[in-house]
Amino acid sequence: MMRHLISAADLTRDDAVLILDTAEEMARVADRPIKKLPTLRGRTVVNLFFEDSTRTRISFEAAEKRLSADVINFSAKGSSVSKGESLKDTAQTLEAMGVDAVVIRHGASGAPYRLATSGWIDAVVINAGDGTHQHPTQALLDAFTMRRRLVGRDAGLGQDLAGKRITIVGDVLHSRVARSNVDLLHTLGAEVTLVAPPTLVPVGVGTWPCEVSYDLDSTLPKSDAVMMLRVQRERMNAAFFPTEREYSRRYGLDGERMAKMPEHAVVMHPGPMVRGMEITAEVADSGRCTVVEQVANGVSIRMAVLYLLLGGNESAVSQTRTEESK
Amino acid sequence: MDAIQQSDAARPVLEGPDIARVLTRIAHEIVERAKGADDVVLLGIPTRGVFLARRLADKLQQITGRTIPVGSLDITMYRDDLRMRPARALARTEIPGDGIDGRLVVLVDDVLFSGRTIRAALDALGDLGRPRAVQLAVLVDRGHRELPIRADYVGKNLPTSLRETVKVQLAEEDGRDAVLLGVRATAPAGEQ
Repeated sequence: MMRHLISAADLTRDDAVLILDTAEEMARVADRPIKKLPTLRGRTVVNLFFEDSTRTRISFEAAEKRLSADVINFSAKGSSVSKGESLKDTAQTLEAMGVDAVVIRHGASGAPYRLATSGWIDAVVINAGDGTHQHPTQALLDAFTMRRRLVGRDAGLGQDLAGKRITIVGDVLHSRVARSNVDLLHTLGAEVTLVAPPTLVPVGVGTWPCEVSYDLDSTLPKSDAVMMLRVQRERMNAAFFPTEREYSRRYGLDGERMAKMPEHAVVMHPGPMVRGMEITAEVADSGRCTVVEQVANGVSIRMAVLYLLLGGNESAVSQTRTEESK
Repeated sequence: MDAIQQSDAARPVLEGPDIARVLTRIAHEIVERAKGADDVVLLGIPTRGVFLARRLADKLQQITGRTIPVGSLDITMYRDDLRMRPARALARTEIPGDGIDGRLVVLVDDVLFSGRTIRAALDALGDLGRPRAVQLAVLVDRGHRELPIRADYVGKNLPTSLRETVKVQLAEEDGRDAVLLGVRATAPAGEQ
């Protein structure tokens, strides 16, 4: 394991499978009368959220609390950041407080990488989504959900997703979820196809380890899992498609389209869903849609990541912390 | 206690048939002390404790004619030395369907050494329910306790020095049954 989790592309196959296997055991804690483990007792984790988030922040917080870490929540609104404080100063403040790990979400791509490599802070850095770059824990929980559904809970232990055909549909251009998933699913041996209007396919997609298609209907029958992405209006500064109606007619998933998928195939969505846009209520509420499952799995995956990065050696976190070096 | 480098001179102190006899005796002792083993739940500590627990459950079933609930208890996340090594892969915790509340839980492990594993197991049990009583069965007790813990059922008391290693091999994992006594090639890690 490496020290930080910045990008899904940094994970080797064995690392990723270890995280998924660990998450499988963490998931069983949720079924216990006391949903708590003493593993991270005495460790302090800061959730540093410069961008709005509901499920990711709550999911991280639940995971941290289940592992008995001390949790500090920090959101940019109502903090010194709104008064103009820089990331560096915020980081140094946290460092001075003796934080062991920072879970960071930031609107700027690369902010977690900067935080991890700048030397401002000694803590473990976990990327909870940066701009349009990466969202590695989301990719891990998606892979975990796929492995559980397509391979099996116990049968999946130690296994990757070799040969599974995954289709990712929608606003790939603005999606860090899509980037992370392409990287991780490729590492795990799956075949990924991106489906989007040409205007929402990023430049340079040719170098990604995946196929690209503009036609959803022909791709659906060849998919084991279909992941629908939200159209990210807040990141759009131009007209990428004529009307919402045209978008949802060509790239939205409705009951009729779902029927073209193989029997065993599942529908996934990282949330938040916009019903009527990329997914109809009929599909969102069907038994093949794993949205709620993905949220539950998110807690298990984040527990696994926190345990593996933070649960071990003191030295894996910091050796110089006790000496006032900065 | 395992996975430590051993010199070639590892010498078996228990062989397959010995282990079978020892487990039969422990099973009888459990039935005797629990007056019929009505409410016994066996929990093995991974990896080899789980196999021993299953074997004990089979023996108990032969003696009492009833199915004895058997499960596993992973203690990795309760260890007191977690932060001294890199994070370890987790093993499975499997509690039998009826739970452990009000039952007589017998923890099963291969080697009893410092007692720290058992302390961790007791902590883990506390998060899973409230047994009527907890007892401990081990295949080998090699001494050198660092905590006030003792076993209720011992397969073999094996006085050792800290320079020696005790390695349990079971057919399920290692292809054969044996308890091996060897000499540590490197400096003892148990002395902290």
